[in-house]
Amino acid sequence: MFEPVIGIEVHAQLKTESKLFCSCSARFGASPNSNTCPVCLGLPGTLPVLNKKAFEYGIRTALAFNCKVAEISGFDRKNYFYPDLPKNYQITQQASPVGVNGYLDVVIDDETRRIRIKRVHLEEDAGKSIHEGGDITGAVFSLEDYNRAGVPLLEIVSEPDIRSPKEAYEYLSMLRRTLLYLGVSDCKMEEGSLRCDVNISVRPKGSDSFGTLVELKNLNSFRAVERSLEYEVKRQSELASENKEIIRETRHWDEEGQTTVGMRRKGLAEDYRFFPDPDLPRLIIGESWIEKVRSDLPELPGERKARFIRDYELPEYDASLLTDTQQLADYFEEAAKEYGHAKTVSNWIMGELLRLMNVTGIGIESVKIRPCDLVAMLKMIDKGTISGKIAKTVFEEMFTQGKSPGDIVKEKGLVQIADEDELTKIVDLVIQDNQKVVEQVKAGKDRAIGFLVGQVMKETKGRANPQMVNELLRQRLAGEN
Amino acid sequence: MKLSELGAFELLPMIKRKEVSVEEATVGILNKIKAVDRDIQAYITVTNEHALQRAKEADLRLNEGKPPRPLEGLSVAIKDNICTKGIKTTGASVYLEDFVPPYDATVVRLLEDAGAIIVGKTNLDELAMGSSTESSAMFPTKNPWDLQRVPGGSSGGSAAAVIADEAVFALGSDTGGSIRQPAAFCGIVGLKPTYGLVSRYGLIGYASSMDQIGPMTKNVRDCAMLLNVIARHDPKDAQSYTGEPVDYTQFLIPDINEVIVGVPKEFLNKGLSKSVKDAFMKALNKLEGLGAKVVEVSLPHSDHALAAYYVISSAEASSNLARLDGIRYGYRAAGCEDSASMTAISRGKGFGSEVKRRIVLGTHILSKGNFEKYFNDALKIRSLIFRDFEKIFKECTCLVCPSSPTVAFRIGEKIRDPLEMYLSDVYTVPPNLAGLPGISIPCGFDEEGMPIGLQIITKQFDEATLLQVAYTFEQATDFHKKKPQLQKYDCGSESTRGDRNV
Amino acid sequence: MRLSKEDIKRISDLARIELNEEDESLFAEQMSGILRIVNKLDKVDTSGMDQMVTPTGFTNVLREDIALPSLDPKEALFNAADREGAFFKVPRIIEVD
Ligand SMILES: [Mg+2]
Ligand SMILES: [Zn+2]
Repeated sequence: MFEPVIGIEVHAQLKTESKLFCSCSARFGASPNSNTCPVCLGLPGTLPVLNKKAFEYGIRTALAFNCKVAEISGFDRKNYFYPDLPKNYQITQQASPVGVNGYLDVVIDDETRRIRIKRVHLEEDAGKSIHEGGDITGAVFSLEDYNRAGVPLLEIVSEPDIRSPKEAYEYLSMLRRTLLYLGVSDCKMEEGSLRCDVNISVRPKGSDSFGTLVELKNLNSFRAVERSLEYEVKRQSELASENKEIIRETRHWDEEGQTTVGMRRKGLAEDYRFFPDPDLPRLIIGESWIEKVRSDLPELPGERKARFIRDYELPEYDASLLTDTQQLADYFEEAAKEYGHAKTVSNWIMGELLRLMNVTGIGIESVKIRPCDLVAMLKMIDKGTISGKIAKTVFEEMFTQGKSPGDIVKEKGLVQIADEDELTKIVDLVIQDNQKVVEQVKAGKDRAIGFLVGQVMKETKGRANPQMVNELLRQRLAGEN
Repeated sequence: MKLSELGAFELLPMIKRKEVSVEEATVGILNKIKAVDRDIQAYITVTNEHALQRAKEADLRLNEGKPPRPLEGLSVAIKDNICTKGIKTTGASVYLEDFVPPYDATVVRLLEDAGAIIVGKTNLDELAMGSSTESSAMFPTKNPWDLQRVPGGSSGGSAAAVIADEAVFALGSDTGGSIRQPAAFCGIVGLKPTYGLVSRYGLIGYASSMDQIGPMTKNVRDCAMLLNVIARHDPKDAQSYTGEPVDYTQFLIPDINEVIVGVPKEFLNKGLSKSVKDAFMKALNKLEGLGAKVVEVSLPHSDHALAAYYVISSAEASSNLARLDGIRYGYRAAGCEDSASMTAISRGKGFGSEVKRRIVLGTHILSKGNFEKYFNDALKIRSLIFRDFEKIFKECTCLVCPSSPTVAFRIGEKIRDPLEMYLSDVYTVPPNLAGLPGISIPCGFDEEGMPIGLQIITKQFDEATLLQVAYTFEQATDFHKKKPQLQKYDCGSESTRGDRNV
Repeated sequence: MRLSKEDIKRISDLARIELNEEDESLFAEQMSGILRIVNKLDKVDTSGMDQMVTPTGFTNVLREDIALPSLDPKEALFNAADREGAFFKVPRIIEVD
């Protein structure tokens, strides 16, 4: 039996206004080379000056991942030639990353796994090469766009603590969720603002040695990470069990074929000639700076989930789902606080709201129902103004129209009929029309009364107060005796 | 007395009083360039049109009654490794032959805002690597005192231009002596400020932890005037000093009675030529005569300074110059198959020997296995040297030593042997390693009439003391008043001249 | 330690500079000479010394996160040897380690 040993490197673009070392806009999607200046084009004589917000985002993330924040942090040059790298060195943090030795807790099948985080560091992104023909091997020339060059990146490197493709998926989900909670990155894989490189080797279960490392690239979604790892675990385990050689290489995930393909042999380790960047003074991160950043930390997904379970007495499942995003959690919490009975709120959100969001593809941030509208609706149910069943219709109207429940109920005449005289008339009508069933009830088949209730509801288009109908029916049937 | 011969401090009041128009002053300089630069070759680019237009604008301003600016109408030469927007900036390299920066170096902005007029871009050793201006890819600049000799380097063009009156003053850059050594070789004043006092933004990076831009002038007062304008905090240079601007001219008081002058004994032995040593000893006597106390001090690690300097500067240069890859600007070899070979061939053809050697050396030093051995060691030795200086400055106000062990050597004499060439920086390198300011001022001539420089060094950001000592010495001597004989050239409106004392 | 012509070839590849054979030999010679001197640094007692990266030791220099106008792409591309539209153009990129 073999077990996989997996480590993941994530690069997340930071959500800052300007680039890491110059004042160009860091926004995605500008026309080619329109977000460039002498600094990020690497013109001779230009110098980097560090973006304070980006650096503080680094500290913030390091704290969120339980890292030790460096007392002294600094930047190094990683020297290598590539056309998308304007200075032909990347400014990164090799020797003194902003954070080290952290961890992230991930819950898998009700079990908490702690994945250690080796380091969190800041670095600049490279530009983008467009290979003519789209295929790097067949291209005759490449086109360079340096808009992305110098955009701040946070690199988060895990220890090789991940033991299954599913764990990898959950780790990435939790990591992404955390970055989103922190507000430091928008984590859009499709725009490249979140990218991951995965290392995997296999070893006999129980062994503490390491097998030959394979690096996986072209992973455009967390699903792709999971699938490619599943494929690799199988491939490498088979090779290992047959005592065949596993080559140290980079493999490309082929989404269409759902396989990994060897790209190139990892030759001699690259010689990046790291050295401290003399253009950038070191950073002394004192306690007070750390405390200032810490005091701005939002509640993190794990903490929030725990609090939901504790304070709102929600089941673990509900708490997980509701804390998936900050916005959803805020939504729940606003409604729950106002309404009081949290589980009811949770049921409506997890049931109707998420269902409608799914069907329509609308995100929580654009949902038209305000938490207070949801609460207003719940109160109408409690007061008997509308029935629980009608409420679902009202809710759907609220979702599409964005109106208050009161208005919808009024407009559509959905107010519950709780007038005894009015209901008695209908009840009598139903008794008259369903003598057979009435006989059954009288014969002691109590369940049959449900049918009669249903008939009344049908007559009133669901607007009758079901309890009253029940009582009236029983009264009338008893009276007939 | 020709207009072009005047120092900034003499010319400026005349311009302010409108005795001379800016255009007249500028034309005087441009004519001088026309007359002598064919032989001296101080300039790579002369910005005739630009200068004349700026001069007219300046006159217009003055005639409108606007107050004159601190360097109103003064012609300045800029070393050609300092970026000038819209004006070719070559670094004296084939690689950058056609490079027109889309931005100004901060110092250029400051100078033009202060009313100075850029008359041209001066020659240097390619990308500031060298001590003779012979490694310029354009042409070697000649020393105006003797056209067979080098003007020093790498700011040789700026030094030659100033002594030949082809500019009122100039900017140079100094990484290991590139302002002070040519200043000494050409008999002018050259100041390398404290690391961080002047913004490096726009200076083509050589060794980022040592590069400094500084004034090269005919006298100490001009030096202070120029420093006043360029010593400004710059948010674009993260290593820029944040202190308040200072008026350095207020320290030009000829009084060194309280000054204790340290003489590093290590600097007075091997390699020091007799004529330089004699001039230096006389200078020491002079300082003593002026009231300073002279003491012998020791810089025990100075022996290793040169080696540490070459390790650090080559390493930093190899990385700084990696950006010259044939893609966004600069020379690109034609017909290359792929991008990697395009870069390799373009760099192979675009750089001269000295640059290539230093890049290759720096690459070697940073590569696996060598980094610990060479680079980290050199950084520690740098700390040792810094500490040596610190100790000395506890008892001394300043240090003095020769600016260079010899006078200007002959063209071709040392170009074959880099080690020999490197030795001419032996006295100027330690202040760069420690970030200290150093100034070279004229302190004599050898028997063949070649100028000799005296270097004064103080602690970081103590340019005030540095200038005061330099000024006191200068005011008590005549060396700065002597000019090279250039009478064999027809100077146009500038008639022939003999030796003139101002 | 003497550097051979082959060493120079390997290092200049890393530095991405094509040297001719003459330069390779000359550099091997000259760099060996320089390294001989540099090697003497080994014998200096540097115990307890910090690595001095820059001499002034400024710390915590940061700028506010404010986006300012960039260059006009025309200016950005002005000095390029080759371009296509608003892109810099380079010969094909061969992936190598
Ligand atoms: Mg990285
Ligand atoms: Zn930029």
